[in-house]
Amino acid sequence: MYERVRANPKFQQLVTRRRHFAWTLAIIVLLLFYGFVMVVAFSPAALGQPIAADSKITWGIAVVLFMFIFFWLLAAGYVYRANAEFDALTQEVLREAWQEQK
Amino acid sequence: MRRRLFTAASLLALTPLALAADVFSVGEKQAANWHAIIMFMFFVALTLGITYSAATRTKSTADFYTAGGGITAFQNGLAIAGDYMSAATLLGLSAMVFAQGYDGYIYLLCFFAGWPIILFLMAERLRNLGRFTFSDITAYRLDQGKVRTMAALSSLTVVCFYLIAQMVGAGQLIKLLFGLDYKLAIFAVGILMMAYVAFGGMVATTWVQIIKACMLLFGGTLVVFLAMSIFGFSFTKVLGKAMAVHTLGDKLMHPGSLLADPLTAISLGLGLMFGAAGLPHILMRFFTVSDAKEARKSVLYASGFVAYFFNIIFLMGLTGILIVGQNPDFFENGAIGGKLIGGGNMLAMHLAKAVGGNLLLGFLAAVAFATILAVVSGLAMAGASAISHDIYAHVIKKGQISERAEIRVSRIATIALGSIAIILGIAFEKQNIAFMVGLAFGIAAAANFPVLILSMYWKGLTTRGALWGGYGGLLSAVVFVLLSKSVWVDVLGFAAPLFPYTQPALFAMPIAFLLAFIFSQSDHSVRASQEKEAFADQYIRAQTGLGAVSAAGH
Repeated sequence: MYERVRANPKFQQLVTRRRHFAWTLAIIVLLLFYGFVMVVAFSPAALGQPIAADSKITWGIAVVLFMFIFFWLLAAGYVYRANAEFDALTQEVLREAWQEQK
Repeated sequence: MRRRLFTAASLLALTPLALAADVFSVGEKQAANWHAIIMFMFFVALTLGITYSAATRTKSTADFYTAGGGITAFQNGLAIAGDYMSAATLLGLSAMVFAQGYDGYIYLLCFFAGWPIILFLMAERLRNLGRFTFSDITAYRLDQGKVRTMAALSSLTVVCFYLIAQMVGAGQLIKLLFGLDYKLAIFAVGILMMAYVAFGGMVATTWVQIIKACMLLFGGTLVVFLAMSIFGFSFTKVLGKAMAVHTLGDKLMHPGSLLADPLTAISLGLGLMFGAAGLPHILMRFFTVSDAKEARKSVLYASGFVAYFFNIIFLMGLTGILIVGQNPDFFENGAIGGKLIGGGNMLAMHLAKAVGGNLLLGFLAAVAFATILAVVSGLAMAGASAISHDIYAHVIKKGQISERAEIRVSRIATIALGSIAIILGIAFEKQNIAFMVGLAFGIAAAANFPVLILSMYWKGLTTRGALWGGYGGLLSAVVFVLLSKSVWVDVLGFAAPLFPYTQPALFAMPIAFLLAFIFSQSDHSVRASQEKEAFADQYIRAQTGLGAVSAAGH
């Protein structure tokens, strides 16, 4: 059973696609988050600037709020694609493996 | 500047729990708060009712440990979010925004940022490979006895320290909010916790968490809605006024001292991010849903609730600056800018009273109590399953044990853990226990997480490598915390800490990874090559769920 799954090119396709997608998203999150932490550590004044001359809202607030929303949207994007594409591929791989067994 | 609610050290003390344990110790016993007590009694009656019905349905070990895998993604998302939104998050972080402004918001983001990573890299594999405890995953293709013992030991260490910190925080918080005696509060928490877990197992534990999460989301939203209505729902207006009255002035929305040093910042970020991914009571929640798809969706729901609630906390802190910070009734001796009545962490409670009167205050206090109860129940559940499922059933009995007997051992373990928690909670009443949370997160990040992630991602991990990595991470986390300010200076009384950071993750994690790598690579035994071969099948199960434990028929 495991052998047949492994031999199925669709399994390789599933693994490769999911790996690329998941790691791309993870790296975006890590880069943005630790990039932000570096700005906080090395250039805090930049975050204190208002987003518009007469606004009380600073870049710092805007950036953090953006990250809360954007990270969640990335998560939603992952779940959306995984539920549709990856799960369908997984089902196909498993079904084909069962059929060969019969 | 005494008015600063947190010393630099406790700011870096990584979790709001540490703040809670720290700050509540100054609180004094208040008059009995009947609104809060009555509303809390409703919560207890409801959850005990659920526990009773769960107890009659809990027959198999799967029912007991994972609610039969029958929790939906939405329910599990609420429960995970509930585990994450503790009383200390509500109280400690709103107080932090109140005192420090923008730093509090950064801290909230640090707490949130780990969740997407857990979703992308861990959630599905955890569900596909695990059954009852995360040791099921680390021991999947390795030596069951040795690796399970290691994983169970570090789980229990995390659970015990976290539990003591929660119990002491709970006693002090309840004394403050409800006007109950400290010992009585500890007994109430301990006994209710034992009842939920021993009788209701994971079903009751999860529902306690779900109900509490809903109460918390509702209470927080209501407070912020009422507070914002005073300012016509204008965020800019609140911000402008807050800057005008706060001692930090225009600097209120500038990054302050919290993350001034990059190493501290990264260490904190790592500790919070990977600590959560190594906490046994959070990991356990991935096994309560039916399959990988549900696990994935539950993280999405959970992170949505957490992100929403953290922004609510930010608004609580900001509106608190105007509503509580300008009202002499909430300060000792009526001195605005002095010490808040009941201690710094009471900001959220004062805000509730200011905008909603005693009824809303009572509700929020009841929520805080419910929150502690829910978190300690989750911890006890994780501890009991490490004892019964890992140590007793697999290490001592080598898997030759009936389900009934295993559940009985879990119940005994729960009663034992509860009794220990009560005794230690009373023993540590006057002690400085802030370091215990640091230790719990440090061990979770350094001992649990590296071996867990390597076992899922790295073919080359062998038993020898896992043991060195696990024990090495455990030991180094303990040593670093011992030498840090919270133990070396605050408990042992030395002048300066030998280890300058409170969060050991940045240093202890690489040690664990390195040891696991070196001792796996140099392992040329027959057993090691078999373990490496077994990765191929494990990998297919991790990717497709083939052979994964599915939901029990419910």
